[in-house]
Amino acid sequence: MLKGFWKLTWVETKVFAREPMGVFATLGVPVIIFLVLGRMVGADRVNSEPPPFNLPVLAALLIAVSVVISLVAVISIYREGGILKRLRATPLSPVTILGAQVVIKLVLTVIGLILLVLAGRQFFPGAMEVNLLSFTLALMLSTLSVLSLGFVIASVVPTARFAQPLAAALLYPMIAMSGLFFPVDQLPPVLGTLVQLFPTTHAVSLLLGVWDGSGWNAHWGSALGLVAVLVTCAGISTRVFRWE
Amino acid sequence: MPTPVIAVSHLRKTYGSTVAVDDVSLEVHEGEIFGLIGPNGAGKTTTMECVEGHRKPDSGRITVLGLDPLRDASALRQRIGVQHQEAHLHKRIKVWEAVDLWSTLYSRTVDTADLLNRLGLDTKRNAWFMTLSGGQKQRLFVALALIHDPEVVFLDELTTGLDPQARRVIWSLVTDIRSKGKTVILSTHLMEEAERLCDRVAIIEHGRVVEVGTPLELVEKHCPERRVVFTSESAGVADRFKAALGDHSVASDGATYTLQGEGEDFVTDVIHVLARQGIRIRGFRTEVPSLEDVFLKLTGHGIRD
Ligand SMILES: Nc1ncnc2c1ncn2[C@@H]1O[C@H](COP(=O)(O)OP(=O)(O)OP(=O)(O)O)[C@@H](O)[C@H]1O
Ligand SMILES: [Mg+2]
Repeated sequence: MLKGFWKLTWVETKVFAREPMGVFATLGVPVIIFLVLGRMVGADRVNSEPPPFNLPVLAALLIAVSVVISLVAVISIYREGGILKRLRATPLSPVTILGAQVVIKLVLTVIGLILLVLAGRQFFPGAMEVNLLSFTLALMLSTLSVLSLGFVIASVVPTARFAQPLAAALLYPMIAMSGLFFPVDQLPPVLGTLVQLFPTTHAVSLLLGVWDGSGWNAHWGSALGLVAVLVTCAGISTRVFRWE
Repeated sequence: MPTPVIAVSHLRKTYGSTVAVDDVSLEVHEGEIFGLIGPNGAGKTTTMECVEGHRKPDSGRITVLGLDPLRDASALRQRIGVQHQEAHLHKRIKVWEAVDLWSTLYSRTVDTADLLNRLGLDTKRNAWFMTLSGGQKQRLFVALALIHDPEVVFLDELTTGLDPQARRVIWSLVTDIRSKGKTVILSTHLMEEAERLCDRVAIIEHGRVVEVGTPLELVEKHCPERRVVFTSESAGVADRFKAALGDHSVASDGATYTLQGEGEDFVTDVIHVLARQGIRIRGFRTEVPSLEDVFLKLTGHGIRD
């Protein structure tokens, strides 16, 4: 059934690419935010005044979150439109049907990151000095973890109309409290504990670590946190996911 | 009696407080076109979806090709073809892409170019699904249901929204399937379609099978009345028929006479009387009840929820 998996992934990719607005929202917007904020707060490390937060890590996280919002939208539209039910009636396994979406979202994340690096090198020389392989892997693990949360969100949204706003309303505040803008120990105690359940918090910690050069070894706890969220959310999704 | 291809016994399925299928039992045999007819909301779609393995019944036993639709779902999916009443596809998938994707999913496929051709979709190969007309979408779904040459085909409202030409194409596809010894179970609201196509039909109402049989059997059993209407200028026609057939069966309106009777021989009897008595007639027409009359008689006339 591997043939069916690749064929489905390829068809889904083409179908996604035929909707320019969706592609722009997923890939273009994070890069634009990166460029605009970069002009405003300065993304250049050689700047005399250090930027208030790590802009490339924020932009990378925005890519992860925007592909997840796109996933939630696609799943809810497919469910409402009966497409999930239609695919379920074929010999395709449930894992294949949803796995194709995961693969597409991971590939989009990598493409988004490439655009980001290219834009950074073009406009903010010296800003993107990082072990790219390590950073890409960290971002992919982060995306995977947030995607699993996306599946839980997609399972509970009532209609396709609310899917995108609801996902955004949940995920953007998670970024705000992820420790990127201020340390998480400045949060009120309850919230401080709560954010440890969010994939974004661990993602920021891992991505910042890779950015600093301290790397995976120093941040295996964050990586483990991402995996824990992934396993938990995947487990929840298999129970609550609705095909129609 | 050979073992049936589909056997359903005491199927029940509820959605909350709604009883979609109350108690349905039926058997469909190999090489048969079996029709489900019944008012809106009677439970036809729910019954079919349980048999296809797409819904879990509350209770009851179902076997399809000797398999359990839920437990043996993956084995069964290779051998059955399904067209849902309400199905959709990616808005921006092209017709050929859908056909191509579907054909990679099955170990055996028919000649897809020929199938698209027959269904009049060859010129739409490169069209996005969302740009197809309602009838073209419907035909694509029929194509996708038949792509792997399935042994049992489920067609839920197969010709709803189709023009008469397309309907006839689908009818001939369905009879072709039967002539290959395969089995078809379909639902329809067109009694003409059921009458032409189906070897047997089940009339379903409120989640129960109220009657099963060949369309002809059902008509004979429930609507045996026959009517003959003719016009004649001859004198004393009404009296002569009353003498031959009895009082209650003759009504006249000017030169137009309506004779009512029951059973297969009635029309022949009328023609014999006409011939014996040398009655000259101008118009002559017979009214034989159809499956539609049976349907209305058994399921009442009111509109359902
Ligand atoms: N997913 C669902 N959730 C809740 N109720 C449902 C669902 N599907 C069907 N029903 C209810 O079950 C009953 C039977 O529906 P079903 O679709 O089987 O009827 P049908 O005979 O196919 O009707 P139609 O001729 O209109 O297609 C209806 O009362 C319907 O409202
Ligand atoms: Mg129906």
